[in-house]
Amino acid sequence: MAKILLEMKNITKTFPGVKALDNVNLQVEEGEIHALVGENGAGKSTLMNVLSGIYPYGTYEGDIIYNGQVCKFSNIKDSEKLGIVIIHQELALVPEMTIGENMYLGNERGHSFAINWNQTYAEADKYLKMVGLEESSKIQVKTIGTGKQQLVEIAKALAKKAKLLILDEPTSSLNEEDSRALLDLMLSFKKQGMTMIIISHKLNEVSYVADKITVIRDGSTIETIDNQGKEPVSEERIIKGMVGREITNRFPKRENVKIGPVRMEVDHWTVHHPLYPERKVVDDVSMYVRQGEVVGIYGLMGAGRTELAMSIFGQSYGVNFSGELKLDGKHIKLRKSEADAIKHKIAYVTEDRKGNGLVLSQSIKVNTSLANLGAISKNTVIDGDKEYAVAEEYRDKLKIKTPSVEQLVGNLSGGNQQKVLLAKWMFAEPDILLLDEPTRGIDVGAKYEIYCIINDLAAAGKCVVLISSELPEVLGMSDRIYIMNEAKIIGEMKASEATQENIMAAILRSGRGA
Amino acid sequence: MENKSIAAVLKKNAMLIVLVLVYLFFLILTKGGIFSPSSFTELINQNAYVYILGAGMLMCMLTGGNIDLSCGAFVCLLGAFGGVFMVVQGISTGLSILLLLLIGIGYGVILGFLIAYVHIPPWIATLAGYLAFRGLGTAILSSNSMTGSLSLATKPDFLGIFYGRILPTEKGVFNWPCFLFGLLAAAIVVLVVFMTRKNRLAKGYEADTVKAAAIKSGIGGAVIILVMTQLALDGGIPITLLWVAGIILIYSFITSKTTVGRHFYVVGGNMEAARLSGVNTRRIMFLAYLNMAVLTSIATFTVIARSQSAYADVGKNFEMDAISACVVGGVSASGGAGTVLGMVIGATLIGVINLGMSLISLDANYQRVVKGFVLLAAVVFDIVSKKRGK
Repeated sequence: MAKILLEMKNITKTFPGVKALDNVNLQVEEGEIHALVGENGAGKSTLMNVLSGIYPYGTYEGDIIYNGQVCKFSNIKDSEKLGIVIIHQELALVPEMTIGENMYLGNERGHSFAINWNQTYAEADKYLKMVGLEESSKIQVKTIGTGKQQLVEIAKALAKKAKLLILDEPTSSLNEEDSRALLDLMLSFKKQGMTMIIISHKLNEVSYVADKITVIRDGSTIETIDNQGKEPVSEERIIKGMVGREITNRFPKRENVKIGPVRMEVDHWTVHHPLYPERKVVDDVSMYVRQGEVVGIYGLMGAGRTELAMSIFGQSYGVNFSGELKLDGKHIKLRKSEADAIKHKIAYVTEDRKGNGLVLSQSIKVNTSLANLGAISKNTVIDGDKEYAVAEEYRDKLKIKTPSVEQLVGNLSGGNQQKVLLAKWMFAEPDILLLDEPTRGIDVGAKYEIYCIINDLAAAGKCVVLISSELPEVLGMSDRIYIMNEAKIIGEMKASEATQENIMAAILRSGRGA
Repeated sequence: MENKSIAAVLKKNAMLIVLVLVYLFFLILTKGGIFSPSSFTELINQNAYVYILGAGMLMCMLTGGNIDLSCGAFVCLLGAFGGVFMVVQGISTGLSILLLLLIGIGYGVILGFLIAYVHIPPWIATLAGYLAFRGLGTAILSSNSMTGSLSLATKPDFLGIFYGRILPTEKGVFNWPCFLFGLLAAAIVVLVVFMTRKNRLAKGYEADTVKAAAIKSGIGGAVIILVMTQLALDGGIPITLLWVAGIILIYSFITSKTTVGRHFYVVGGNMEAARLSGVNTRRIMFLAYLNMAVLTSIATFTVIARSQSAYADVGKNFEMDAISACVVGGVSASGGAGTVLGMVIGATLIGVINLGMSLISLDANYQRVVKGFVLLAAVVFDIVSKKRGK
């Protein structure tokens, strides 16, 4: 048996009013990749913050034993000195600075008064090579893509002489290709003897890369699953531990499917990039949605799905539009106005709920009524009682977990925020809902509830366009699937005919053809 | 439970409590001087412009912490125009006011257009006015007057609209209309509080308990009656109070009850989310600065009417007074949060400190020192007490 590098024993961490961690135990062997999984709010990040000294010794109970010694970190510098380096989910790079400057931020080379730039860049280049980056460390971080920025973060960690690397959701903002490259890089580090802890929601990645999987639920360790057997552990097996019950069906059954006539249609829809007008972000797309139908649009990140949806929604993205939009067979005169789209009963539910979906500093009530204030006001005067009643109604309907609709949205969990976002658009009473990644970053239980809402919407005769980069989701939810790649729609399939294999094959074929 | 709710009430009204404490402090220091009837009139007349500009600045700040640096200088320019129109050109008061309002609206349209549609950062767009307007105003004044100021003392009809008292009585003679007006206002406050409560209960919503409603309306009504009694002892209702009260009521209503008011909050809270929810975000930005310019015009009228002249230094630092009132009153410096009532409390607090210090004849330089630290202390107190809440 390999040597135990890290042991966290009976860790208990309480915040005022909540026990975030309750007697958590974690054992990590030297040279393994250990995955931590659990629903949002289960305590994964708290545990890692305890380990890295963000919550200093004394604010928690229990012991951290690293390399056979009990550690009492009082800040993050202490843990880094021992080679425990954490890479957070949100990239912590300064876009205007060079890669080299970023890598040695707070860890500058040279002596105490002057930075030795030659040494900085030489060392930075060395570590960049180790993570497979060809870029010079002298270029600005903002000039490279997100995938490469994630690699810079790893190089930065290596520069700190990491022995135990903790990656918190490293692939959450990466496309499939970059994610795979990152996971393979982790495997190659493992061969060189590095120990790693990965936190991830993407269970397929976890079962691909991890040697052991520890499941955390409600602040306690549930089990540690061994993943070194011949067959990788199935996602269902992990989910069972995460939610505490067997989920026999990740996607709820559609009931009374009644597909009616075509409601919305776009023809030869072309949109150009707002900053580089010569570049097409949506290229000659034609598609339609029927009443009561869930249409999936699958594509990798950057395929143009969001751009397509946003350009249909009142031209809220892009420039130089061409093509035709028809509602109920009637040509719609295009205007660059979101309010106009809402008037035509189109809703766009954004993929970025915090960025451009919700007003986090406002209450659930205010967010719910935002897109349809007219319905609760008379001569522009808001009927406060009516607004309250509407917010309560949607809270009950969508099972938003909150003590009061006056609660600020910023205080809710990701899943509940997503429900508020859906509530806002359901209250706008659209006929056509463009749902962009409606389950991104939310846990399995909340996902299931969102799926039920989507099914209810379809059953009520709405047209749902479901944009997703999760293939199982598209396959499990849609009646019909469009496949998008490089700004074009490259295929259309009935859900009954579609499989993971033939969708991926279609994307690969189109890539080669181009 | 009882204790907890008292703590919550205290926290919610932290700045109000600071105001009361500061007032009591000066009450002792001035041996009751700050409670004299003339102090009340003085407080209102001296600070009328802060309330009016504060309402405009609040709307700007709500859209995302944006400010208007030019309003003080614009007061000077508009005052100069006013002096030239009324005194030099002899244009009638009504037409002059109309022309000045049109100039204000013109500036607001240009400023709003530059900020909302050309995307010039507000502080830069208004910095231009800050630099240019006072120079222009002073130049106009000095080319029309040897002394560099134009006296409006010969324009009683103008002064009568923006300064003086309503149905004035001799000093020492109790002004009954003023007192009765106070009683009426207090009765309305009590009525509104209880009607709202009744309405909410009828519809089955959460409402104040009888005790809470009684305390709320009792304190509100008592303060109104107290103030109006003091004003009645000092000759009657100052005309500026009507302007200030009217503007405060209108903007309270706009910000709390109307869709356009709501739009100001969501634009400041998350501009992109507001846009994607069908809010015309550019229009809101435009309105914020148009509105600011209109309120600046009204503030100009009250200020030049009070000083009975247009002069080069009029409006100096007004922008800072308005911003301070908002910030002390809990308006978020990053937008999306803040109320008219908060701004009013902030403005009153600063006004009380100013008045108190001049009553104890503190050196003007030290007055500034005190104001600076009070501003900082107020904001620190506000932020710390809110953090505790979380």
